[in-house]
Amino acid sequence: MYGRKVKLRFFFILLIISVLVLSVFLVLKSLEENVVYFKSPSEIKVVGELNTKKIRIGGMVKKGSINMSTDEVNFIITDFKNEINVTYSGLVPNLFSEGKGVVAEGFLKDRNFFEASKILAKHDENYMPPEVKAALEKK
Amino acid sequence: MIYSSIGYYSLIFGLCVSLPIFFFAIKNFKNDEILDSKIIGFSFIQLILVVVSFLGLIISFVISDFSNETVYNNSHTTKPLFYKISGTWGNHEGSLLLWLLVLSLFIFIFLLKSKKLLKNYRILTVLFQQVIIIGFFIFLLDSSNPFNHVFPTPTEGLGLNPILQDPALAIHPPMLYLGYVGSSIIFSSVLAATSLNYISNTWATHIKQWVLISWIFLTLGILLGSIWAYYELGWGGFWFWDPVENVSLMPWLALTTLLHCVLVLEKRSVLKSWVIILSITTFTLSMCGTFLVRSGILNSVHTFANDPERGLFILSFLFVLIFISLFVFFVFHKSDKEEIISFSLFSKETSILINNWLMMYFLSVVLIGTVYPIFLDVISSEQISVGPPFYHKLIIPFLIPFLIFMAVGPQLRWIKSTTLEGKKYLIFFLIVSFVISFLIIKNFGNNLLINTVLIGSALYLFFITVRDFFKKRLQSFSQNLAHFGFSLLILSILFNNIFSNEVITNLKVGESFKNDNFTIEFNDLRKFEESNYISFKGYFLIDDNNSLEKLEPELRVYNQPNIITSEADIKITFLSDKFITMNTVQNEEYFNIRYQVKPFMLWIWISVLLIAVGGFMSLFKRKIL
Repeated sequence: MYGRKVKLRFFFILLIISVLVLSVFLVLKSLEENVVYFKSPSEIKVVGELNTKKIRIGGMVKKGSINMSTDEVNFIITDFKNEINVTYSGLVPNLFSEGKGVVAEGFLKDRNFFEASKILAKHDENYMPPEVKAALEKK
Repeated sequence: MIYSSIGYYSLIFGLCVSLPIFFFAIKNFKNDEILDSKIIGFSFIQLILVVVSFLGLIISFVISDFSNETVYNNSHTTKPLFYKISGTWGNHEGSLLLWLLVLSLFIFIFLLKSKKLLKNYRILTVLFQQVIIIGFFIFLLDSSNPFNHVFPTPTEGLGLNPILQDPALAIHPPMLYLGYVGSSIIFSSVLAATSLNYISNTWATHIKQWVLISWIFLTLGILLGSIWAYYELGWGGFWFWDPVENVSLMPWLALTTLLHCVLVLEKRSVLKSWVIILSITTFTLSMCGTFLVRSGILNSVHTFANDPERGLFILSFLFVLIFISLFVFFVFHKSDKEEIISFSLFSKETSILINNWLMMYFLSVVLIGTVYPIFLDVISSEQISVGPPFYHKLIIPFLIPFLIFMAVGPQLRWIKSTTLEGKKYLIFFLIVSFVISFLIIKNFGNNLLINTVLIGSALYLFFITVRDFFKKRLQSFSQNLAHFGFSLLILSILFNNIFSNEVITNLKVGESFKNDNFTIEFNDLRKFEESNYISFKGYFLIDDNNSLEKLEPELRVYNQPNIITSEADIKITFLSDKFITMNTVQNEEYFNIRYQVKPFMLWIWISVLLIAVGGFMSLFKRKIL
């Protein structure tokens, strides 16, 4: 009915479409699994269920809250409304200090306790992560 | 004061010069046989004016003229001369002026180098390039003037962010911009050639030079940025899949694909649409790179304080350019019918085409990962970030066929190689590589399956290219060198990942840390006063059961602006790097110590350098051989 060339081209187009669909599916699925959501301490107080996924928490390091020992650093992140205890063992960035903005990435243990696996470094002391700015403006 | 004014007025005159260029170009387009030398003359005048303007800014920086706002914001009298000069392009306004400088420099060189080509093609390229140049002139004069006045004149500047005061980062932006802006010539030239239906083998040979030039600079620019991030940011990594890094990788991927397409076009006169679309894409991505980094839209660890309103201009300008290019593409480009039919399964061009699709896939992954967070923030104000696992998961599996085609492709012929006769070594090497890789991974690593296959394919490319060095000798040496470099890069990255070792601990002076692999002693801390910072040097002794190593990381407290940075101390050897950083936490006696052993770090840099050298040799092939 159809010539060999037409069939071949039809097959080729089908192949391309299926590869495209497959890769879009893969990308979206992987995106869903690997995005990290950003929350402020206040948002964490009101979440219904505690998600086991990795999240980021941003806010200010509460004055006088940093406490250091050989294997970990403890501090409190506040958005001046609510606060959350953070425990962290890892590299502390240079601009990490009391009263300054911070973004911590890790897992929630419960509503008051966060175990960070990474604290994000920023290059510029005047720079505030847009997320923190937004979170602070929300209050 | 005077130098700023000179700079400002030469910018305005530079913009005015575009007018006669347009006038003579259009007049010349219809009438004469040969290119009007007035066009070259005015392009030269424009270039000189931009150079004068740029020199005006550099001198303002050197003499610390704080009546100039850009200088005031980014310089300081105690800064070393070298960083005063590099401060010129270490900020938004100055870097755009550099863009403009390179834009006008490149079009001038283009005019000089394209004498043998069609007159109307040259004129149209100049016209398209002028559209871009005018856009940048207006952008500079309107919203990011580097010559704004501050009144009253401050006595001292705010200083350059200390982590930017670094030799690698001083030359990183110019390199990157040469790459980015080089793509503007490709863009203008492709539009001109499409309008005139001039896309052909001769054109491909000519544009290949420009593709290679921007590709080399972009490669080197990314390399420098990566090296800088490695030793200055103190995380001990070389690539973080951070948005700002991604925006430089995307044009690189597009440009690499374009380079291969141009090669096919040169030899076989096919893939014209690919070349056109990729040229447009590369330039768009380069512009986006500038836009995204400067606009503050990206939430990146590399973001410096910046201004969102400027982004709007670049964005609208970008839309105009995309609109023009799509218009040209759809109106003027007629696709050749024979293009589709003449591909056979076993040929050089087929394997290039397959790898082009793979590279487009990598490009889309990076693009989605970079843009999706912005997109989601706009539509749902949900804030997210996309981490390295996303990229690793989606890119690594596809690296395997990519590496294999990269190895096999150059072994095939153009048009058709049906017989596999005399190609048994291809299969032999494949088996050998997988066996070696299996043995390595079985003894040391984890994740047996994926690592074996991955290292196996990288080794395969490695062996095949090494064989070619002996078999083919000087024939296609540059291509082989670049591919060899790439296999070395993938191997070094993989081994680096698998065999890295790190310890993070908090220590007071005099304390020590011990685990199975090594002991870290924190012996002493001393203070030194330098001209623009105070340095605290830590003295560490590391015992890794075989050898003793003294490492001295530093903390620097800069006076202006008041910022603490930590300087890693790295012991570089042929096989592995020992990397230590020290950090302080306010009001605490503890210091935050990170010690890493990173194997094959040096090889990552060397392999990227080899890739760039491959491109460089291809550029001068005819002159060397």
